[in-house]
Amino acid sequence: MSDSARKDSPEQSAFREHCRSWIAANLPPPSPVRLPQSALEIMTREQLDYLCAWQKAAYDAGLVGCDYPVDCGGGGRTDCQRVANEEMQRSAAPYFPNIIGLGMAAPTVFYHGSDALKRQVLPALLSGEEIWCQGFSEPGAGSDLASVQTFAERRGDRWVINGHKVWTSLAHFASWMILLARTDKSSKYDGLSYFVVPIRAALGKGVTVRPLIKMTGETGFNEVIFEDLEIDDALRLDEVGKGWTVAMTTLAHERGAGILVTPQSGGSRRGDGDAGLVSALVELARQSWRNGQCAADDPVIRDRLAQLLVREEGFRLNLKRARVAGLTDHPMRLMLQYKLLMSEVAQEAGRLGMDIAGNAGSLYVSDPAAPQAGRWPLAYMNSFGFTIAAGTSEVQRNILGERVLGLAKTK
Amino acid sequence: MSIPSNFGFGEEEQTLRDAARKFLAEQLPTDRLHRLVAGHQAGSPRWDPALWEQMAALGWTGVGVPERCGGVGMPFVAAVALAEEAGRAALPSPLIGTLQSSALLAACGNAEADAVLTQIASGKAVAPGITGPRGGWRGQDCALEVQGGCLSGTAHWVQDAAKADVFLLKARGSAGTGLYAVQADAPGLSLQPDAIVDLSRDQARLSLASVPAVELAAPGTADSVIAAAEPALFTLVSADLCGAAEWLLQTTVEYARVRQQFDRQIGFFQAVKHPLVDVMIAIDSARSHLYNAASAVDHDPAVSLRAAHMAKSAAAEAARFGASRAVQFHGGIGFTWECYVQVYFKRQLHNEALYGDAAWHRARLAEMLLGPVGA
Ligand SMILES: Cc1cc2nc3c(=O)[nH]c(=O)nc-3n(C[C@H](O)[C@H](O)[C@H](O)COP(=O)(O)OP(=O)(O)OC[C@H]3O[C@@H](n4cnc5c(N)ncnc54)[C@H](O)[C@@H]3O)c2cc1C
Repeated sequence: MSDSARKDSPEQSAFREHCRSWIAANLPPPSPVRLPQSALEIMTREQLDYLCAWQKAAYDAGLVGCDYPVDCGGGGRTDCQRVANEEMQRSAAPYFPNIIGLGMAAPTVFYHGSDALKRQVLPALLSGEEIWCQGFSEPGAGSDLASVQTFAERRGDRWVINGHKVWTSLAHFASWMILLARTDKSSKYDGLSYFVVPIRAALGKGVTVRPLIKMTGETGFNEVIFEDLEIDDALRLDEVGKGWTVAMTTLAHERGAGILVTPQSGGSRRGDGDAGLVSALVELARQSWRNGQCAADDPVIRDRLAQLLVREEGFRLNLKRARVAGLTDHPMRLMLQYKLLMSEVAQEAGRLGMDIAGNAGSLYVSDPAAPQAGRWPLAYMNSFGFTIAAGTSEVQRNILGERVLGLAKTK
Repeated sequence: MSIPSNFGFGEEEQTLRDAARKFLAEQLPTDRLHRLVAGHQAGSPRWDPALWEQMAALGWTGVGVPERCGGVGMPFVAAVALAEEAGRAALPSPLIGTLQSSALLAACGNAEADAVLTQIASGKAVAPGITGPRGGWRGQDCALEVQGGCLSGTAHWVQDAAKADVFLLKARGSAGTGLYAVQADAPGLSLQPDAIVDLSRDQARLSLASVPAVELAAPGTADSVIAAAEPALFTLVSADLCGAAEWLLQTTVEYARVRQQFDRQIGFFQAVKHPLVDVMIAIDSARSHLYNAASAVDHDPAVSLRAAHMAKSAAAEAARFGASRAVQFHGGIGFTWECYVQVYFKRQLHNEALYGDAAWHRARLAEMLLGPVGA
């Protein structure tokens, strides 16, 4: 029995059984089209359809949104999403496409939306029938998020929105956007309000979505332009002027420090879990030649592989230690490192994969001779998405230095 | 066997650790430590034997000694918790060597070894001397010879030799190397102290001229005994490194919160803030590896060597980085003899190299991953 299974409540253990048997009988066949490395890089309708079918099936079986109330389309259970995640991540299931919806929009709407709004939007969000995107960043507002300029002007019980959002992942497929907008120009933090916006219904009628091409050559994020888009006041979350507080709920969940557990699937599919990354690189090193020598014999490559092993296992052991109260000094010290470590370990792994492969390291996904289907240059480039998005690594270091070590604040 | 989810740190282990931390903070506050090891009296012993006696009376030496030998018989994680506190206090004492000796003696597994374990439980300090002149602790790197039950030659790099009651030495006979116990006051044994950079311990070369010894591991078996104890040896040094690294981090963070320049606390500047965060990250990874390795010794010996290699490489890197940042971020005061940081800085320098530095441990890990070069 696994460690986690041993601590299950009766509800959880019955539910775990259900998850196991359902997953065993209902794993989808492999995708007919090549899938990207994460949901943030979904480019084609075929990729999306395949992944949406999986999310819908898992939702119908009760594995998605387990802890949300029934009238919001959830399962009405207690602390069961964690159980479903463990079972789904153990399996070879694909990931869910609606990650911004599940990970950020749903908890934000749940904690700050009206009951009517929750009932209106959450069911199709959880099932994946409606994709969500996040309209926070702007050309002039990135790390300093509270400086957003997109403006929502009140007209009776309607709001008129004008502005420009960028780096909006999944907007090209999204029905809804969570939007942080300015409603008062005289106050930076207190001048913000938070809305959910039905962008798909408004395409060509006040909303324009233009795909941006990433350095990898993939699409996946977009710019979104609002021109006199009118929305109903019922789509506002929390009070006018409380947008920053609402955004903190979103960011906490985005960075893995939220209250509600995000439904998650996939993980072992490409052997990326735990030791999988290092084993894939070891495999690569055995088969690769660089500078006329087998990569596995290169002393620098050997040392870097061992370094990566130590970092990667250290990261995994941190997660285990974080659950032992007597072995952590500050309650947030380990958890707040999570995003930074995960993204930087992934970056070094991608980089090392390229270096191991030597000349073949730069053979890209479209080259049939590319080692491991071009995985490493793609992973290396994509890793910058993770060290930049959701609070850059520099911003993460500010947060750790200020909240955990108590050093003077940057602002 | 598998490693428990709390790494085996139960209530008793945590109570011991907390008590040790409190005891050392009270008995050896840093100003007292500094006077003790960095005071200017020539010829002063640079440690406090009375404090050591108190620690022995508290049962620390016998923490890992089995009950049949009069010890406390706690799991290895308890010994590691003590070693981490010793590092945090930069404690000058023969504690780490004695804990390491317990692991070596346990691996010998015979009545002669049990007799030495009994001495440890009663408060005697035992120092291992198994590292040869070339810095290896396995194979033929050994400058001591055994003949007719007596040892002659030189033992190198013996840690806290001046504080030890008994030495545990490796010596070569015609059938290979064995392990032997020698009383520190035995006739024919003399001690030449090395002038090491670390003020918080001593190190010496032992010269032996026909010194009577008790055989603990027969000629030809030293390597296998040492191999069995290696995970414990590495892990105890890692614990010392981790404890000292955390002290350096907290002390430097404290300074970065009070020292003002350009009208701001220096911790405001990201050239200070971010490296301190990176030091914390390095320490946290090292500590997670540490508890994992300690727990592996108790619960999963099959993976304990790999875990210990990871622990020592992570701890040595965290120590190197953290100690250098601690001096740098204290500015001019950090460069002085008066500053407490130098004591820890030097302890880290010394500990990093003991039983293999970070790169050596990674080379072993690489062999585990990829086989030997040219495989
Ligand atoms: C793949 C990807 C997907 C994204 N998806 C979305 C999305 O769906 N929705 C959305 O709203 N946004 C999204 N973003 C945007 C992302 O949140 C921003 O890029 C990020 O917050 C950084 O903002 P910026 O790009 O304006 O960079 P800037 O904030 O201009 O940063 C530039 C550099 O300056 C550094 N810097 C800035 N401030 C500080 C400081 N105080 N201290 C130290 N260094 C600092 C940064 O670390 C960085 O290195 C995505 C980004 C990427 C890469």
